[in-house]
Amino acid sequence: MVHQLINSLTDGFLLGFVYGLAAMGLSLIWGVMSVINLAHGPVITVGMLTTYLLFVHLGLNPYLALVVVAGVGLVLGLVIYITAVHRVISAPHLSSLLATFAVNMIILGIFNAVFGGDQNNIDYSLGSLSIDFLNVTYSRLLAALGAVAVTVFLYLYLYFTRTGKSIRAVANNREAAELMGIPSTRVLALSFGLGSLLAAVAGSLISTIFPFTIFSGGPYELKSFVICVLGGLGNPLGALLGGLILGLMEGLIPIWMPTSWVPVVEFGLFVFVLVVKPTGLLGAK
Amino acid sequence: MRALKQPGLWLYVAALVAWGVMVFLLDDPTLRETSFTLLMYVGLAASLNILLGYTGYVSFGHIVFFGLGGYMGFYLVSIQEWSLYPAALAGGVFGALVAGLLGLAVLRLRGAYFALATIGINEAARAFVNNFRPFGGATGLSLNYAVYGQYGGSMKALWLAFGLVWLIAIVTVVTSYLIKQSRFGLGLMAIREDEDAAMVMGVKAPFKNGNVEPHDAFRLHMSIETLVMIMLGGQGTVLGPIIGALSYERLRGYLLVSPLFKSLHLALSGVFLLLIILFVPAGVVGWLRHRFAKLRGILE
Repeated sequence: MVHQLINSLTDGFLLGFVYGLAAMGLSLIWGVMSVINLAHGPVITVGMLTTYLLFVHLGLNPYLALVVVAGVGLVLGLVIYITAVHRVISAPHLSSLLATFAVNMIILGIFNAVFGGDQNNIDYSLGSLSIDFLNVTYSRLLAALGAVAVTVFLYLYLYFTRTGKSIRAVANNREAAELMGIPSTRVLALSFGLGSLLAAVAGSLISTIFPFTIFSGGPYELKSFVICVLGGLGNPLGALLGGLILGLMEGLIPIWMPTSWVPVVEFGLFVFVLVVKPTGLLGAK
Repeated sequence: MRALKQPGLWLYVAALVAWGVMVFLLDDPTLRETSFTLLMYVGLAASLNILLGYTGYVSFGHIVFFGLGGYMGFYLVSIQEWSLYPAALAGGVFGALVAGLLGLAVLRLRGAYFALATIGINEAARAFVNNFRPFGGATGLSLNYAVYGQYGGSMKALWLAFGLVWLIAIVTVVTSYLIKQSRFGLGLMAIREDEDAAMVMGVKAPFKNGNVEPHDAFRLHMSIETLVMIMLGGQGTVLGPIIGALSYERLRGYLLVSPLFKSLHLALSGVFLLLIILFVPAGVVGWLRHRFAKLRGILE
């Protein structure tokens, strides 16, 4: 029983890093431009599909594919920002919510027409690590490490480069940043691109652990919402912690009740936290 | 009642009444089924518009109340063997009650936080119903065929259902019109413009979102479709949701059966939605009101 508990908690904990990475993208976009990106799920799917297609058709190692996926995510984010988000950035929330939802429909609609709804699986196994009773697959371990590495890069980028600092400046106060000569439109587009990059990379890492369909991004988008609220919307590092909390919860809950109850608890907690402390458990500003 | 003297309301109600009467007279089951779906969406869009259009609160959870009310009514008819009318009424009251309680909790959130909370409610409710044994879990509930007996067979029952949806659509439209004209409605509009100022004036922000919406489905995707309908027709207007619901349903029906667009219908609906939001954010009715000032008396 204790062994099972520890195994299940470790699995959840490692997965939590990847959840956190996906949520970080959402949180970054919210923090910079107060837009809830409802196209987040399909972007995660783009990451999964790119990895899968590169693996199947070119035989590219899924971990090397991360670099390509990052590029695809960045470009996709820029395109989404320019076509759908920029015009409604100052409009009421409904406009940006529906505009990003329209992008969601467009991406899924195209995928559905081109790839169909079949399940895809990246058949690339690395075996698993066993220490005494503890059993962890290497793919899960690598996914967690990848997520941590990307988080470190993001942190260094945001705090120690000029463009990173301008992103934080725009997030802090767009008008003041403009007065200081920061090209805010470019920075906003870049932030949206970065947010999508994080989502796509997270999708790519997930595809090395689980099989997926073109609709698989949706549940991860919803998890990202939960994580963002746990960690504080607009606080990318809080998102990582939120991801770990969610991952641990997913490891813990199935011990007491059927797995199908997990979303009830997750979203119940989500609404509860929003109502009681909308700035998140970690109390971002 | 100044509101009752204006031409707009009477025009819309007359059109809806004439539509229903025509369906009954033509006695065509296919027409009845299409009209059923259309009128159901008119009712849904008009009721969501009371919240969204008049206050600016974006709710993705509207369908939760639709679904819970429907499930409750269905449960009472099929398992507890109630008669249709009290069951439908109980379902509606139950939906309104849940909406009222949740509204008290989440309506204090603003803007995007409110929208996020309703997405959470959506998911929690769906996951809950999927697991809830009395409601049949993931497989749902199905009606015993014998139940139709009390209403003179399944054909009669379908006509009865159409009649009820027709009435509810009309009542919802009239309600949304009266709310728009009333002081309560002005209060709601004021929330949209400036919640703080409105609260100072003594309007209570958490209000009830209660509508009787009997149906036996629980499809959460419909929340967003309903939002699209309202945007298409024009939020905050009475006519907008009616026009939006009718044209969106027709468009989708066309895309689904057309061999050319069939596989891409989702993507095309997305493109269409994006174009409306980017270029005609006021919707059809809002655009017409802006362009033709003389029509403002009729287009409410």
